[in-house]
Amino acid sequence: MINLYTIDYSTSKLIPFSENQLVCGFPSPATDYLDLSIDLNKELISNVNATFCGRVKGNSMIDAGLEDGDVLIIDRSKPLKNNSIAVCYLDGEFTVKRVKVFKSKKEVHLLPSNKNFETIIVKEDQEFIIWGVVVYTIKKNY
Amino acid sequence: MYALIDCNNFYASCERVFNPSLNGKPIVILSNNDGCIIARSNEAKELGIDMGGAYYMIEKDLKKHNVIAFSSNYTLYGDLSQRVMNTLAEFTPEIEVYSIDESFLNFEGFELIGGLNNIGKNIKATVFRNTGIPVSVGFAPTKTLAKLANRIAKKNKSYNGVCVLDSNEKIMDSLRIIKIGDVWGVGRQFEALLNNNNVYTAYDFINLPEDWVKSNLSVVGLRMQKELKGIKCISLELTTDAKKNICTSRSFGRYLTDKSIIGEAMSNFASRCALKLRKDKTVCSVIQIILYTNRFKLDQPQYFANKTIHLDVPTNNTIEIINYALKALDLVYRDGYRYMKCGVIVSGIVPENRIQQNMFDNIDRSKHSKVNNILDTLNNRYGADVLKVGSLGVAKQWNLKAEKLSKCYSTRWNDLITIIAM
Repeated sequence: MINLYTIDYSTSKLIPFSENQLVCGFPSPATDYLDLSIDLNKELISNVNATFCGRVKGNSMIDAGLEDGDVLIIDRSKPLKNNSIAVCYLDGEFTVKRVKVFKSKKEVHLLPSNKNFETIIVKEDQEFIIWGVVVYTIKKNY
Repeated sequence: MYALIDCNNFYASCERVFNPSLNGKPIVILSNNDGCIIARSNEAKELGIDMGGAYYMIEKDLKKHNVIAFSSNYTLYGDLSQRVMNTLAEFTPEIEVYSIDESFLNFEGFELIGGLNNIGKNIKATVFRNTGIPVSVGFAPTKTLAKLANRIAKKNKSYNGVCVLDSNEKIMDSLRIIKIGDVWGVGRQFEALLNNNNVYTAYDFINLPEDWVKSNLSVVGLRMQKELKGIKCISLELTTDAKKNICTSRSFGRYLTDKSIIGEAMSNFASRCALKLRKDKTVCSVIQIILYTNRFKLDQPQYFANKTIHLDVPTNNTIEIINYALKALDLVYRDGYRYMKCGVIVSGIVPENRIQQNMFDNIDRSKHSKVNNILDTLNNRYGADVLKVGSLGVAKQWNLKAEKLSKCYSTRWNDLITIIAM
């Protein structure tokens, strides 16, 4: 069971370069352009030990492209930049928003990307964790 | 220098990563089948909840103190453990994974570039950032002392989770405060014997004459004494020895009386043994099954059966091993008992390329090995047990009781954390 959807490189498929110098006759002109195949694990995940996935419920981030049902790739090891989209834990649930930190005011602002929602202002005394930065959004279109 | 890195309350910490509302609350983890308590958070320890306590006996007590209980979720713990260990392996080339939540790391030579304490802090921060799991770090010249340093780092808040024993003075100071029973490798009998000889701390122990230690505690005790003095006797085990036997056994979720359902469980365990053998590229020549009633229910009729089958030709073939396990079950099964546990143990393990052939062998081994290859390939690609032998069954009525199981947040597509965007 454990390897079913865990994020690791065991599923990667590497196609070796063709060794066309060993082949007699005229080499195919295309071999120069052969590339390793695309491995989504490698493209989408930079720190496999820190990468987790989560599923979005709701549409407060729809203008940033995050829709209900999308799966987010979350990297816990990426440093939070101002305005990064991050998964946070606030008052008993995980939420996803753009995060703005105001050190002087000792406040964190969670900005939605949907005009029907309001900015959440997190005060010092609230139970709040920045859980990880959202690096990719996976959307099912078919 | 060696480092021992140990995850703090590992199982409880794993549950908290995906459920931060559990932070600061007392939680306990139950053994397979929700039998007894096998792990506690600090808060649960402070409430005086004992390790090993039977859950059904203290369930009410736990509720009263708002202690939250979880069935053990080894899929989740295993995945997080792997992430922690992989992260640790980035710090030094030599790592010995000692258990699901502890590793020894070799930092020989690193003291020259300075600041083991800083390296320790960095390890702690990196593991937490990557995985959300808090760890404690102990550095010392020997493994036994590293274990001890870790204990100090964990118990004393002032160390902030990192303790470096890098001078004789620091080592002696810490030996004075550690009870001999808390030293790595000291069991109850050792402790009692030493207490009888007025040895109470690790410091008392290193001051015993070596002759006395050797004659009373054998070479094991002597090695321990040297390690505590800072003389390296135990090195890292970087390769794991081939297994001598593989055992798959479980308690059932409820009492079973029906032979066909027990056979289903037996087939599953046999199949798991065969898979492990193939992963290790080994074969077994002995298959043993066990079938037990519940020995704690004294009012019920008791029966403890085991049957061993020696094979003419060693195998790692799923169909064959299941076949023998079921034959053995046929031989020992008796009506009228309520069975609680069964299992399959394979031994006589040798590498698969060293099989002694048998002239009278009538099994088509090349055909079986093709079947196994297809089985393994498909199950690797599409998930465990996508393809399986019919006797494994579908309903799994014998399955473990795990009523308080958390989700496999990090390994299953359907169990991902839900992120509210509302």
